[in-house]
Amino acid sequence: MSKEILGQAVTRLDARDKAMGRIKYTDDLCDKGALVIRVLHSTVANGIVKKIDTSEAEKIPGVVRVFTCFDIKEKHYFPTAGHPWSTDPHHQDIADRLVMTDRPLFYGDDIGAVVAEDEVAAAQAIRVLEKSVEYEELPFVLDAQEAMKEGAPLLHEDFPNNVLTHTEIHMGSVEEAIKEPGLTKVEGWYHTQPVQHCHIENFICYAYGEGDRTVVVSSTQIPHIARRVIGQALGMDWGKFRVIKPYVGGGFGNKQDVLYEPLCAWISIQMGGRLVKLDVPREETFICNRIRHEIKYHITSWMRPDGSFAARTMKAWVNNGAYSSHGHAIAAKGLNAFPQLYPCDNIDGETWTVYTNRSVAGAMRGYGMPQASYAFECHAEDCARAMKMDPLEFRRKNLMPVGYYHAFSKNELYSDTFNQCFDKGAEIIGYYDKVKEYANQTGDIRRGIAVSTYWYNTAVYPIALETSSCRIVMNQDGSVQFQLGETEIGQGADTVAAQMISDTLGIPLDMVHPVSCQDTDVTPFGTGVYASRGTYTLGFSIKQTALLLKQKVLEAANQFTRMPVYNLDIVDGNIIRTTDGRKLMTIGELALEKLYTTEGSQHLTAESTYQIRSNAYSFGCCFAEVEVDIPMCRVRLLNIVNVHDCGQVINPMLASGQIHGGQSMGIGYALSEKLLWDAKTGKPLNNNLLDYKMSSFMDHPRLVADFVENYEPTSAYGTKGLGEPPVCPVAPAIRNAIGQATGLYINELPLSPHTLFREFTDAGLINDSFAE
Amino acid sequence: MYDIKALYEAESLDHAVRLLQEHPSAQILAGGSDVLVQVREGRRAGVELVSIYMLDELRGVSIDEEENIRIGSLTSFSHITNDPIIQKYINVLGEAVDMVGGPQIRAIGTIGGNTCNGVTSADSASTLMAWDAVMEVTGPEGVRRVPIKDWYIKAKVVDLRPAEIQTAILIPKESYEGCFGHYIKYSMRNALDIATTGCSVNVRLSEDKKTFDRVRIGYGVAAPVPVRAYTAEEFIQGKEITDENIKEFAETVLKDINPRDSWRAGRALRRHISVVMAERALRESISLAGGVVNG
Repeated sequence: MSKEILGQAVTRLDARDKAMGRIKYTDDLCDKGALVIRVLHSTVANGIVKKIDTSEAEKIPGVVRVFTCFDIKEKHYFPTAGHPWSTDPHHQDIADRLVMTDRPLFYGDDIGAVVAEDEVAAAQAIRVLEKSVEYEELPFVLDAQEAMKEGAPLLHEDFPNNVLTHTEIHMGSVEEAIKEPGLTKVEGWYHTQPVQHCHIENFICYAYGEGDRTVVVSSTQIPHIARRVIGQALGMDWGKFRVIKPYVGGGFGNKQDVLYEPLCAWISIQMGGRLVKLDVPREETFICNRIRHEIKYHITSWMRPDGSFAARTMKAWVNNGAYSSHGHAIAAKGLNAFPQLYPCDNIDGETWTVYTNRSVAGAMRGYGMPQASYAFECHAEDCARAMKMDPLEFRRKNLMPVGYYHAFSKNELYSDTFNQCFDKGAEIIGYYDKVKEYANQTGDIRRGIAVSTYWYNTAVYPIALETSSCRIVMNQDGSVQFQLGETEIGQGADTVAAQMISDTLGIPLDMVHPVSCQDTDVTPFGTGVYASRGTYTLGFSIKQTALLLKQKVLEAANQFTRMPVYNLDIVDGNIIRTTDGRKLMTIGELALEKLYTTEGSQHLTAESTYQIRSNAYSFGCCFAEVEVDIPMCRVRLLNIVNVHDCGQVINPMLASGQIHGGQSMGIGYALSEKLLWDAKTGKPLNNNLLDYKMSSFMDHPRLVADFVENYEPTSAYGTKGLGEPPVCPVAPAIRNAIGQATGLYINELPLSPHTLFREFTDAGLINDSFAE
Repeated sequence: MYDIKALYEAESLDHAVRLLQEHPSAQILAGGSDVLVQVREGRRAGVELVSIYMLDELRGVSIDEEENIRIGSLTSFSHITNDPIIQKYINVLGEAVDMVGGPQIRAIGTIGGNTCNGVTSADSASTLMAWDAVMEVTGPEGVRRVPIKDWYIKAKVVDLRPAEIQTAILIPKESYEGCFGHYIKYSMRNALDIATTGCSVNVRLSEDKKTFDRVRIGYGVAAPVPVRAYTAEEFIQGKEITDENIKEFAETVLKDINPRDSWRAGRALRRHISVVMAERALRESISLAGGVVNG
């Protein structure tokens, strides 16, 4: 049975309830008598709030209270990043937020809040209040490199030149290495754009008083971290808060920041524990939550005639927006990946995380790696072309070799993952035939095909704490409930966890029930889901806890079967005597007897924590085939194939779903999505789902996902990360395919008609006689 | 929750006109796919609405006694796309409105709303422009007809007088007989989008299919309101179906269009695409009409 349940495409456990509309999300759970909160946002990109006249807003029928930044009497600055806390002050996230501020640093910063009986009254009050704020406007800066210049507006006093952090790496000597004769130098600028997560369920939370505590129900990836941050933000003991996480309609990292839980809790407390709900509208989700960092990369490589690297350098400027959020972690991840993906003895790298007066960038699926992959894989393609090598062969030659060991993370590449993924993907899409067929095309409509890869790992060890806790409780019929700190946010964590428990405990899947909603009063401590850690980290605590429970069950079975524990096992829900395979009793009979026996009644349960001190590389690739309509300045994606090695696949259907979702996000990133701000005012221009061109169903070809399964030796169940990797290689694969089709290798995202029109015009590919 | 001051439900066309007279500041509500979005955004917060959505007499497609194609103003986009009369005589209109939004919007949105909001990007507008549609309007003084070239006064303003309701869109027989057309919507994604620019062309070929008897071309988002490129139309009338003529026709459209420059799309891109669309839509129309280029 163990072989059957792991690797099976079982239907996700919540599918039926979701399809039937029975699942309760945060808003479904909130009592309809809740007062509603709307946040008053800054309408200047940098300034000082001098005064907010609330008198007109307070007169609006249905408006209950108006709070402003001037109502904050004690200023408790808090960090928002959903990182595990560190008791070492040097490893703590920067505490730079207030629940409301009189010093707005971006258009959309939180300067006040309205509490009203309904959304209409709240919206009316916000419209009135927006006209009642007096600002002292200050100059602002939107671009990272501009923000570093002397004389640029300074956002945070402790960070000269707006540099949050600057780090470097040096290996060997680039200066010496480039003296080698016969080297070919390739350099390029690679520029990625800011985008947003666009999860279906916007951020929402509600809060109310209970006893001397405040309960916050929140659509979050990180309930235990949220409780800590609420305590920090309000200057109160963390135990004064209870955070409940219901089903979540998508997070993608945006809900790995603590967004509005502190404000909501603060308002509830100010109002004597009244039930208040803060449901963020889509327009505010775009600009007042988190976005993906815009990054400008500059990469130079020196190659020997055989196509190997002699030396490489990279620089990256990371636009972090107005507050720290995840700080330098995103930039550092790209810097860390640079020498690993294409190892080379001589490397210089440096990166700056820079404050600007823009929406705050934070965690978003891929955590800096979609940007880095774009830069690295555009550059790899450029290097291959410069050396007149096939781009795929160039990668095979230069990528991280099997056996590569990274001393800091202790990651090791155990298998020939890259080549196996390339081989499988090339076969599925017909790469080698098409790459020949599409060479040297002319005409208006041309096709191209290309491949890209990426660097990724699974979890956050050794940068931050990795811990996972699990509790399993057995019922009278032998079925179990389990609880984990790793949250179900739509990715299917509950289902793969149940498959693992079924496997280790030896009971059928339909006897394993997740307690899906985390509640910090009840759920064992865990830091939630982020990185691509869930299936990896929860596996450790599940296996450890399930084995503990199994031991208790077998010890109980000894009482009723008289057989020694070492001759017993649980198979398919039965207590088995291993010596002859005889079924002695069912797990249900055993559980019933053990609970109701008059001699040693026991509630069968187990709970444990495992601290994970390993991490795992998770690699793969994307092949993209495009058709470029040159006069129309449009790209049609004909085929896309991702192949990933995420170790043993626990559930191929859910794993494929992760890939499909990543491909979809990657397609929008490559071709259409970009958040825009007005250069004159700093105001966001397209913070809605019409003007922001997230790709639709109709923009996708059939999304093809496949796997190479190399059992991960460090892992409890052979798994490694898959949540984020699929998005990483998509944009560079599409860029490189457009390059093959047109000869134009464009170093900017998105590759939208706007960009293509400019590039095609400059290259003389389209007739510019219509220009005025 | 919507910030609506009042909603008056019309029980008949006469009743609707009376309600509009009684509530002169009221906004007509048909499918609501534009109006309710605007209410939510605060642009029409506190609005009074007169709903005509229940007036089934304004729904459906027919051929009237004058042999006009008559499209009731409340006819939904999905209805138009699937209607046999539309498919037989003016299939391009069905194709054009099939590019509006997504399936839900097309089921609720109406062609009347699409032309009364006065928006240049409306997917039906360039085709109706190119087929010389006639708007039928009913008001306190009865029924009047407005040729579409006079319908659009300026951006977001059409020739609707107080308490008037657009009740039908007519396509005269002279306008559809023997005509074949094609619409190209140019947008930044393939669904759920508004046209960056759009072009609708139709042709009537000579009996031997060697020359253009009549070519009409309408644009959306090439000016503040939907427009025709008359100079190009005049140029090509009576000309032979050749690559050269097609290309010249396409470049000539620039004499009549005036797209704007905005962060949504640059003027240069819109001008360039307008020419490409003119050529492609014309070629497709020729093909639908059974013509052969350089034949």
